[in-house]
Amino acid sequence: MKFEKVEGVDKGKIVLYALSTCVWCKRTKQFLSNLGVKFEYIFVDLLQGTERDSIMKDVEKWNPRCSFPTMVIGDSKCIVGFKEDEIREALK
Amino acid sequence: MSDTQNLFAKLDSDARKNGYFLNPDSAFTMELVEGLLANEKRFGHQACPCRLADGNRQEDLDIICPCDYRDADLDDFGACYCALYVSKDIAEGKAKAEPLPDRRPMKRDERQQFREKKAGTGASGLSHPVWRCRVCGYLAARDEPPGVCPICKATKDRFDRFM
Ligand code: SF4
Repeated sequence: MKFEKVEGVDKGKIVLYALSTCVWCKRTKQFLSNLGVKFEYIFVDLLQGTERDSIMKDVEKWNPRCSFPTMVIGDSKCIVGFKEDEIREALK
Repeated sequence: MSDTQNLFAKLDSDARKNGYFLNPDSAFTMELVEGLLANEKRFGHQACPCRLADGNRQEDLDIICPCDYRDADLDDFGACYCALYVSKDIAEGKAKAEPLPDRRPMKRDERQQFREKKAGTGASGLSHPVWRCRVCGYLAARDEPPGVCPICKATKDRFDRFM
């Protein structure tokens, strides 16, 4: 699966599931970049077929509503939506 | 004018005419308009930029912008899910658009139920109140009267409950 990697301070694994057209997703990605943390992201709408299905299964595990952006921190915490305060708190 | 500017101008003028407001954060709004155009290009319809569209028009019908969920979200949260459309307060800078939960049902049959409820089918009577514009008689079946009458531009407070 082709996750894009953004370099930065290592705060553990941070994965952002996003849509290429979604502005809240873009804001979240920008926010993470500004925080300067290392993370990876994927634009689910650009995937097709089985690749999309398999990523959506992962998203559903964390966020049964399957909405975007969905962010998973350290394989343990999930933040849905562009929640600046929550993200900042979780990455302190 | 670019395609983005053209579509923005059209959405903005339609919104004003019909008592809606686009998000005053123009950078934000322009990016959403670009998203609508990107979806039109790849799917042939302007699917909601902030939801995962299927690409098949029948599957996406409820999320073709403006989506079936816009008015309810405007009533409850002062913005549509993407925050392309916002309340008057947000448009005037008195409040800020915040991310909100998606009310679109996850499953196909639940979407169908939502649609049937919206369409008011079933023998039990009406699923929505009907509001009547006292000025021109325009009728609207929805939870709240529109912000302004789309026909004669009378304000929301000039609507009465009709049914
Ligand atoms: S949430 Fe807003 S931008 Fe998205 S489809 Fe509905 S009205 Fe359009």
